[in-house]
Amino acid sequence: MSLQPETFKSLVKVAAEQVISSAPELTSLDQAIGDGDHGINMKRGFEAVLGKLDTISAQPLDEALMMIGKTLVMTVGGASGPLYGGFFLAAGEALSHDKHLPDDLADVFGSGVNAVSARGRSQAGEKTMLDVLVPVLETLKTAAGQPDLIERVRTTAAEAVERTAPMQATKGRASFLGPRSVGHVDPGARSSCVLVQAVCARLEEQK
Amino acid sequence: MNDTVGIVIVSHSKDIAKGTADMVRQMVGNEVKVAFCGGNPDGGLGTSVPSIIAAINDAWSAKGVAILVDLGGAETNSEMAVEMLEPVRRDLVVVCNAPIVEGAVMAATEAAGGSSLAQVRAVAEELSAD
Repeated sequence: MSLQPETFKSLVKVAAEQVISSAPELTSLDQAIGDGDHGINMKRGFEAVLGKLDTISAQPLDEALMMIGKTLVMTVGGASGPLYGGFFLAAGEALSHDKHLPDDLADVFGSGVNAVSARGRSQAGEKTMLDVLVPVLETLKTAAGQPDLIERVRTTAAEAVERTAPMQATKGRASFLGPRSVGHVDPGARSSCVLVQAVCARLEEQK
Repeated sequence: MNDTVGIVIVSHSKDIAKGTADMVRQMVGNEVKVAFCGGNPDGGLGTSVPSIIAAINDAWSAKGVAILVDLGGAETNSEMAVEMLEPVRRDLVVVCNAPIVEGAVMAATEAAGGSSLAQVRAVAEELSAD
């Protein structure tokens, strides 16, 4: 798995497009247990990323990730802006400090996950995006270097997002619903799954 | 006027932010700099980091700025906005853990008396104490 500039550009493009086309589903999930703006917010943010894609992909990888992060922070307009934005800012920051892809993928991804956890003051198990990101990070660590890594990451993300349905939310707007948050998939977990799976699908196509 | 802590009000709703700022001004007139913002970058309900940064700069005082927020995203986006300020300003801005309307009015009243940023924050946050 090498990461050439054109590959990176196509990964960002497909991930953004998948989030944008998932906006109605994300909104509908968020209407069930939140304020109903997750789809439109993510769409606004990733449309802004697409609008800058040429500039972003012309940067070195660390700066490109930080530019994606800053764009999301400045345009999303909900808590998901600093959360997803913070993920990319921290991942880019990690790459600028002696981390390299693909060898340090788990470390770089882990820096992003830590940033989300810190910003949201949250851990896995609270019915949030971390309930997808943390299991994905575990798979990146345990399956590093394995030939079926990408497939295992996809499966992990797909299973993890479904596991948020029976959880009771203790963070974010959904926590106001208490036990009534049970039975619905978390919208942030779904958007994380969409992003992870879009990247995996494109990487598998290129194998 | 520069001797008093500035107040920034960040709500998901521009109407709530403006209404809160009106109530603050009724208490402190122009003795304290007050700025507010509300709404996402498209103008719908939500909050916007660039608008929060602009509000902090509008309410800027050498004594610092206290931010009052409503729900989660307003807090998260405010914290992000603070981190994106120039380094010399970053340590002089706090996001208060307080109810937005009561917190803003009490914080501004305290600020009008010339209190420090820490004192202004403490008065607002007493409202959230058990």
